[in-house]
Amino acid sequence: MSATQNKTGGMHPTTTGPLSFGSVKPNQGLQNAAKKSRADIIAEISASGMKGRGGAGFPTGVKWNLAAAAQDSTKYVICNADEGEPGTFKDRVILSEYSDLVFEGMTIAGLAIGARQGIVYLRGEYSYLRPLLEAVLERRRTQELLGESILGREGFSFDITIRMGSGAYVCGEETALIESLEGQRGEPRNRPPFPVDTGYMGHPTVVNNVETLAWAACILAKGAAWFKGIGTDKSTGLKLFSISGDCERPGVYEFPMGISISELLREVGGEDAKAVQVGGASGHCVPAKSFARTLAYEDIPTGGSIIVLGPGRDMLGIARNFLEFFVEESCGQCTPCRAGTVKLLEGVELLQEGRCSMKYLRELCALGETMQLASKCGLGQSSPNAFLSIVKEFQDEIMGRTDLAAAGKE
Amino acid sequence: MSESTTFGKDVSRAPVSQRGHRVGPVDDSQAIGGQISIEMDGKTLKVPIGTTILEASKELGLRIPTLCHHEDLCVAGVCRMCVVEVEGQRTLQAACAYPITQPIKVKTHSRKVRQARRHILDLILANHYGECYACNRNNNCELQTLAKEYGVDFFRFGHPTEPMFELDTSSHSVVRDMNKCVLCRRCIRTCIDFQEVGVLEVQGRGAESKVVTFMDKPLAEVVCINCGQCINRCPTGALRANDPTDDVWAAIDDPTKHVVMQTAPSPRAGIGECFGLPPGRALTFEMNTALRQCGFDKVFDTNFTADLTIIEEGTELLLRLKKALVDKQPVAIPQFTSCSPGWVKYIEHFYPEYLAHLSSAKSPQQMFGALIKTYYAHLNKIDPKDIVCVALMPCSAKKFECNRPEMCDSGYKDIDYGLTTRELGKMISEAGINLPDLPKSDFDDPFGTATGSGVIFGATGGVMEAALRTVIELVTGKKVENFFDHAEIIPLRGFEGIRYAEIPVKEVGPVPGILKHLFEDWSWLKGATLKVAVAHGTAYAKKVMDDIRAGGKFSECHFIEFMACPGGCLGGGGQPIPTSPAIRAARAQAIYSEDRAYSVRKSHENPAVVKVYNEFLTDGPCGHLSHKLLHTHYTPRGKFIA
Repeated sequence: MSATQNKTGGMHPTTTGPLSFGSVKPNQGLQNAAKKSRADIIAEISASGMKGRGGAGFPTGVKWNLAAAAQDSTKYVICNADEGEPGTFKDRVILSEYSDLVFEGMTIAGLAIGARQGIVYLRGEYSYLRPLLEAVLERRRTQELLGESILGREGFSFDITIRMGSGAYVCGEETALIESLEGQRGEPRNRPPFPVDTGYMGHPTVVNNVETLAWAACILAKGAAWFKGIGTDKSTGLKLFSISGDCERPGVYEFPMGISISELLREVGGEDAKAVQVGGASGHCVPAKSFARTLAYEDIPTGGSIIVLGPGRDMLGIARNFLEFFVEESCGQCTPCRAGTVKLLEGVELLQEGRCSMKYLRELCALGETMQLASKCGLGQSSPNAFLSIVKEFQDEIMGRTDLAAAGKE
Repeated sequence: MSESTTFGKDVSRAPVSQRGHRVGPVDDSQAIGGQISIEMDGKTLKVPIGTTILEASKELGLRIPTLCHHEDLCVAGVCRMCVVEVEGQRTLQAACAYPITQPIKVKTHSRKVRQARRHILDLILANHYGECYACNRNNNCELQTLAKEYGVDFFRFGHPTEPMFELDTSSHSVVRDMNKCVLCRRCIRTCIDFQEVGVLEVQGRGAESKVVTFMDKPLAEVVCINCGQCINRCPTGALRANDPTDDVWAAIDDPTKHVVMQTAPSPRAGIGECFGLPPGRALTFEMNTALRQCGFDKVFDTNFTADLTIIEEGTELLLRLKKALVDKQPVAIPQFTSCSPGWVKYIEHFYPEYLAHLSSAKSPQQMFGALIKTYYAHLNKIDPKDIVCVALMPCSAKKFECNRPEMCDSGYKDIDYGLTTRELGKMISEAGINLPDLPKSDFDDPFGTATGSGVIFGATGGVMEAALRTVIELVTGKKVENFFDHAEIIPLRGFEGIRYAEIPVKEVGPVPGILKHLFEDWSWLKGATLKVAVAHGTAYAKKVMDDIRAGGKFSECHFIEFMACPGGCLGGGGQPIPTSPAIRAARAQAIYSEDRAYSVRKSHENPAVVKVYNEFLTDGPCGHLSHKLLHTHYTPRGKFIA
């Protein structure tokens, strides 16, 4: 991964070319929103067709509408900045360079749903960003973009606090994030109820990804039609991608939704890739023969993590790496994820030793299906994805190994 | 936002993470009157909004397997055994945690569901060390039952061959075997939400996660109150009571030992469950026969000392009231009952500054031991060192209590062993006896005669009711039946967590002989109103204690009964497994009907009690000898243990 020293002293990867975020007039979105009714703001977001940029792809307008409809005098807007998916670093860039836009998006969301309080749940490892973010918030307060009667609109009060994450991958799951904010062990809740109904401290809460909030501000500034005009019918707008791995020009890229993997690989200099891991550890491994597929909610959805796997990569090693990650990061609450990830990892070790029968491999694939179906949260449900897609797409490579030496090593 | 519709249960105590669901009003024409039509396995049913799929399945007589679900506890949805297919949902849903808010179609045993459940079961078994035939929960284990139901005939994902954890046998009351833990977290929910003690929590993530005490210390070194409620809710053998039956058998087999058994009221109402009977059938007298057949030399009734406790504790209360009302001296009021050893340890840990309020009277179990090894030994010319006192209790905390160093006032360990109902059930089975078939036989003299007041000690509110029956009669000189029909003080009965009653003292009579050495007359009580309260389960005890600390209504009470276990002793941690609100209610029914069957229903009328005061404790209730043998002191422990 190429990286440069940025102004705040932290490390972040090069952004490749200017992002659209830079072309939006500061606070234009907020000013436009302040003149609209709450329903009209949500209608604008809904019209844009934007889906959540964290990866799950829930329509943002629907989420805001549900929270707006909830009857409660106290509501919250939470910015999910617990960027923890392996291979993703775009939120770090946004927070480093376009934090105003994120805070603007949060403020607009607050106005839209009727919340007076916003919280940024900042990944623990990003603590170096906190002074910068606090300074931006303080400036926005003096600019009357936060606080009471924002932009002179009566009753439009909103402020933002920053809370540090505590280090668990699962805290990126919105209900686990809320648990963590409440001071509990960060573990996903049963859903329903959803946070838009019963969220932080039992109040209706919108949890949005950093990027979603930034785009929301852009949509209010430039209009839903602009956003909807980009991308595909079902996947509108632009999206940031964190591209790493075996390519010539890794970094944060902005592409329209619906770009094919081969187009993307051309851009980053990774045309000889054997496979691409889309969506990080919880995503899918796409083999070269499927590079015509597109990055879109209707094809391969992603939160933006793209890991390019070059021709020399050992796919079993990749599966093992991801499973080791999940064994470590499962919260331990539900049986399929807690114990299933361990069994899949043991299976990969057997495969590496050439001691896994086809029958047992089929059993493990069935177990993977159970984990996808029966786990409590998105983490557990997606934990077998990488294993299953690698077994499916690279069966010839992984079967019949007698790589005893590799099994003993990392 | 609608009011909390949490399956009709009070889960306000639960942490947010585990509370039931708040379900908003549903905008759907089929939901007229809040009823929703659902279809499950082809059968249709109307259910109220917010009903879970699991609850609805019970209405339809369908069985959905569960492991982490428990009727007493808030929803967790972690084991995933109860997953079902809901039409239109991408993933399977946990039936226990899915509130129905719109018309749905559910399949409870489709291919996907069966495969998922079998996988989950196999994953649990892959981490469950131990063999069923070498487990104290053999034939009473929810995991074993599920393995049978799902036809497990091999370990698909392996089975541990070596233990992963050391046993924690540090506690006199509860043994933890984490090798058998399935991480259903019922014990945690029991300890944190149900009892609000908070000894257990999960530590570590993923495969490393395990149930631990604070800093993973031995159970004896944390604030565990020994109530054993976690044992009653553990689906497997991971939690059990510290079992002394081998020692009890050894004492029985030793011809030089005189083994004396006393039986508390609640085990009688529960032990039938160990032999396949439905809850609520008392086997008091069949059990006497069984105990003799097992080889116990004498079988006594703990109710005798329950009556004695009432006299001592009631007298202590009157003395405290006199000190406050007549002598105008500072005195710790309200007085708290002290017969629940779980509650005693709870207050020692969490409210040590209130220990002066705790009655100094020992519990019935310990009074019995002290009398057996003094009075009884003397009467029967037996050397007390040859007497082995065994107590049958519904309780795991009683094991700790009899091992308290201060409980040796007879010069010996007053009670040698505390047995739970479950352990006695095992001994009776081991002796080849089928308890329900046995002929009845009575308790042995001299401690066989008991009263109904002793019996109701087993139910929450029972100690208070028994005490009031006696205090009312001693003070007014009239039968309590004049004030309450059939001497049943109904306001004190029931299962509400906290109950409160006011008893006005409108008239007073002469001081009875037994108390003449302490009181001249009762005139100072005339016109007073006795305020009493009852709390069961330490979660409710906590509410009352916090109210007292804040100077609320309960600080104006005169006498408060506290029981550590929900339901009182009949729901104790030594009672048969499983437990549920319905099971506890059935046991309570058995206890109250036994009370009704006694001709003598007030402690001070118990002829054996009168005899003890005439022959042995001659300086009367709260006199010198009774203070030596029947009263104790407490240890302020605090929450922080070195």
